[in-house]
Amino acid sequence: MLAQELRQKLIAVVGERWFMDKPEELIAYSYDATPMYQQNPDAVVLPATTEEVAEVMRIACQNRINVIPRGAATNLSGGTVPLEGGLVVGLNRLNKLLEIDQENLTATIQPGLVTADFHKAVEAVGLFYPPDPGSMKTSTLGGNIAEGAGGPRGLKYGVTKDYVIALEAVLSNGDVIRTGGKLAKDVAGYDLTKLLVGSEGTLGIITEATVRLLPLPETKQTMLAMFKSLPAAAKAVSRIIANKIIPVTLEFMDQATVNVVEDYVKIGLPTDVEAVLLLEQDGSPDQVKRDIEIMARICKEEAASEVKVANTHAEGEQLMVARRTALSALARLKPTTILEDATVPRSKIAELAEYIILTAKKYDLQICTFGHAGDGNLHPTCLTDIRNKEEIERVEKAFDEIYEKTIEFGGTITGEHGVGIAKAGYLEWKVGKEGLAVMKGIKQAFDPYGILNPGKLFVNEARPRVVVEKR
Amino acid sequence: MSNNSMLLGIAEDDLLNCIQCGYCLPACPTYQIEQKETATPRGRLALMKGVQDGKLEIKNLTPSIEVCLGCRACEAACPSGVNYGHILEQAKDVIASQTKYSLPVRMIRNLMLRKLLPFPQRMRFIRGGIHLYQKLGLQKIVRKTGILKIMPWQMATFESVLPEVAPMSAKLPTKVVGSTSQNKISGKKLPTIGLFTGCIQETIYHETNKNTLKLLKAAGFTVVVPDEQTCCGAIHAHAGEKEQAKELARKNIAMAERIKVDYLVNNQGGCGAMLKEYDHLLANDPDWSDRAKEFVKKVKDINEILVMLEELPRLKEIKETVTYQDSCHLLNVQGVKFQPRQMIQAIPGIVYRELEGAGSCCGSAGTYNITQYNSSMQILDEKMQKVQDTNATIIVTANPGCLLQMQIGIKRAGLTGKVRAIHIVDLLAEALADSLEL
Repeated sequence: MLAQELRQKLIAVVGERWFMDKPEELIAYSYDATPMYQQNPDAVVLPATTEEVAEVMRIACQNRINVIPRGAATNLSGGTVPLEGGLVVGLNRLNKLLEIDQENLTATIQPGLVTADFHKAVEAVGLFYPPDPGSMKTSTLGGNIAEGAGGPRGLKYGVTKDYVIALEAVLSNGDVIRTGGKLAKDVAGYDLTKLLVGSEGTLGIITEATVRLLPLPETKQTMLAMFKSLPAAAKAVSRIIANKIIPVTLEFMDQATVNVVEDYVKIGLPTDVEAVLLLEQDGSPDQVKRDIEIMARICKEEAASEVKVANTHAEGEQLMVARRTALSALARLKPTTILEDATVPRSKIAELAEYIILTAKKYDLQICTFGHAGDGNLHPTCLTDIRNKEEIERVEKAFDEIYEKTIEFGGTITGEHGVGIAKAGYLEWKVGKEGLAVMKGIKQAFDPYGILNPGKLFVNEARPRVVVEKR
Repeated sequence: MSNNSMLLGIAEDDLLNCIQCGYCLPACPTYQIEQKETATPRGRLALMKGVQDGKLEIKNLTPSIEVCLGCRACEAACPSGVNYGHILEQAKDVIASQTKYSLPVRMIRNLMLRKLLPFPQRMRFIRGGIHLYQKLGLQKIVRKTGILKIMPWQMATFESVLPEVAPMSAKLPTKVVGSTSQNKISGKKLPTIGLFTGCIQETIYHETNKNTLKLLKAAGFTVVVPDEQTCCGAIHAHAGEKEQAKELARKNIAMAERIKVDYLVNNQGGCGAMLKEYDHLLANDPDWSDRAKEFVKKVKDINEILVMLEELPRLKEIKETVTYQDSCHLLNVQGVKFQPRQMIQAIPGIVYRELEGAGSCCGSAGTYNITQYNSSMQILDEKMQKVQDTNATIIVTANPGCLLQMQIGIKRAGLTGKVRAIHIVDLLAEALADSLEL
C-alpha cells in the first residue's frame, strides 16, 4: 500500500472516485489477457485529462513509484501486468474522438477510445482506419499504439505504426511532449513518433494521437480456399503475390485450428484439409472482381480441394468470423491457452508451419497454428493446463526451438503482440547484444529512474539459446 | 485467509475457462457506467478466483457482485464459453448464506420469497389490495400527501407507473379451445399448450396473460391454464436462495408432467429463461435431473410459438413507428432474437426501427432497479436517449420487468403521452382483426 500522504496527493489529482486501492480493486488490475502472469499493483488511478496524467506522473517520479500505463488490458505479452507493483494508470476515461479532419485525412483521438468504435465513426463519413487487431471491439487505440498492434489487414495496408503521425505523451518526469504533426513529410530530428509506437509504456504515456485515414474502399469480397497439403497452400500464397495482387487479408488456419473453429461456430468449414486460406480483397467493384477471380484460379491450379467465394457481404463476414474467433474457440478446449507470435519472411511460412507441427509432435503437445500468411506472421497456439508443471516445461522447450528456428529463417520473436514479459528473454536473440545495448540506452534517456512499466522488454539474462536439431 | 479456499464452491475449471481476453467488456452495461475493471465480467471472475485462491475474502467480492445486473450479455460475447450466469448464481448463493441482513430486510426477503411469490392465491390477494387502492380514490389521496416520496426503495417511482391492475376476482379460464382447426405448424396439426402465467405477471399484468390466451385461441391452439403452477424461482435464484428455487422447480415440473401438453408457453423473458435452466438447477438431483431435462424441452416463449405458425391470425393496421427493447434473458439465455422482431413487423402499417443497443440491458434486471436504483436509472436514461433517436411512438418489450422499466423511462424522459411501452402480446392482441372472447 502507498503511504497515506502519497495516497492523498493522488486523490487530490484524480478525485476520490478514480483512485482505487481496496484489495478487490488491486486484484482487478493485476492481469491482462496473457496467461500465467499476475501481480497486484499498489494502487490504480483513472485520470481524465492529460494534465491529470502529467500530475500523477510528476508525483510518481518524485516518489520513485513505478507506473504502469493501461488501456483495456487485452494484450498478449504481459505488457500491462504490474510485475514489480506500483501505480496502474488506466487511460480508459480519456476516450474522446477529438477530430476527424476531412481536408487532411487525419483523425485525432484520445488513447482510451475503443478501436472498433473509432472504425465505426470514421467509416460513417466514408473514411477508413485499417489497423484491425483481433481484440478491436475491446482494445483501445492507445493500447494499439503502445503495443504496435497489427491485424489481418496489415498485408495490404500496414499496421498501427504506419498510421500514427503525431503523438502527445507524458514523460517519466511529468513533462509533456508533442511529436510529429498532420504532415506528409517531416524529418525534423529523430522520429520520436515512431519510437514511441510499440514502446509498450516503457518510454512515456501516450495521451493523444493523430492518425492518417484513407478513403473507405468501395467494396470488398471474401473467399476461402481449402488445401489437402500445406506446401500447396503456401505456393498459392507466393503465386498470388507474384501475380502482383496484394489482397487486403490473406489468413491461414491449419487443420487443428479449423476443426476447433468449426466445432464452435458451425459454418460448414471442412475438417479434412491441411490448410485453409481466407482471402479478402477490397477496392473498386471491377478490381475486386478481377482479383478474386485470379486468386480463385491460382488456388485451383495449386490443387485447392475447394474454393468458396462469398456472394454477399453477410457471407463474407461469416467467413471472417471464423478467423476472428480462432483464438477464443481454441481457448474453450483447455484451461490454459498460450498464444505465440512468430514472424518470418513470407517465403518461409510453409516451412515454419511444418516445423511447428513436428515440434508439437516431438514434445507431445497440442499446438494449433493460425495467422497472417501474407505477413509471414503465425500464431502457434498451445492448448495446455497451467497446473500441469511437467507439460508447461515441455511447452517452454518447444517454443524455445520454434523461436530459434524462426530467427534462423530471418524472422522475429514477435510480429504484433509485443515483447512485454513473455518475450523479454528472447529479445536479445532477435536484436543481438549491441541492439539491446542501444535500446537500453534509449530507455535510460527517457526514463532514468526506470519507473515506467519496469520488468518489460528487458531481463537480466537472456534465455539460453537452444541447439535446433537438423531434421 | 486460506480457509476461504473453495469457499465459493465453483469448479476451478469453470473459472480458468475465462482467458481474460476482455471481449465481455463492451457488452457489460455496468462497465459502461462504472468504467472500472471491478465492474466487468472478467473482473468479477478474477475476484471469485481471488476468493477461491485465498487472496480475497467474500466481503471483497460482494460489492462487485451486487452491481452486476445478471443480464448475461457477456455470455453472448464470450468466445470461450464461460457459464457466467451459473457461476454468478453460485457466488450469490454463498454471499446470501453468509450475509447477516438487517431485520427489516430479512423480513421483506422472507415475506416476498417464502410467503408470497410461491403462492398464486396470496398474490391475487395482493392484486386485489392494489386494485382497491387504485379504485377507491385512495391513490389520489396518497399521491397528494407526498407520503410515497419519503418511503424507501423509490416507492413513488414504481407506484406512479403501475398499470391499473385487475381486481382480485379476475381469473384466467382453465381451458381455451382454438377458434379454428385449419392452422398448422410445419405441415403438422397444432401442438397442445399449457400456459405458464408467472406470479408477478399474473399480479400486475393479468391482461397480458389474457391477451396471450386470445392470441393462441385465434391461432387455433387449445390451451390449458394449470392451477397448480407456482413461481418459476428466478427471483429466488438471483437473490441467492437456490434451495427455494429448486423446490419451486420441482413443483412446476410435477405440474407439467400432470397436464401432459406438448409445450409449456410463457410470455416473460426472465421466467422463461429460468424454466429453461431447470436442467442445470437440478443437475445434481438424481431423482429430478432427467425429469428436468424433459421439462426444459417443452418450455417455449410465446414468440417462438407464434413464428412457427403457418398462418397468423388476421391482423389489422397499426400506423405507428415501433421499436423493440430485448429482454436480456430472452435474448442471452433463450437466444430469442429475430422472433419478436418478425412478429412486430407482421402487423400491417407498422414502421419498425431497430433500437441501437437493443440487446443491452435497460437496468431493470429483476430487482436491480430497487436495490441499485441510481445505477439503474443512469442505464435507463442512456437507453431512453437511443429510444428517442428512433422516433418510435411505441416501445415493445417481452418481459414484465422491462416493461415497467420502460414506463419509468418514458416518464423520466418527459415523453408521457407521446410514447407508450407495451408488451408484444398486448400489441398483437390490439391488432387482432376479429374480436374474440375467451
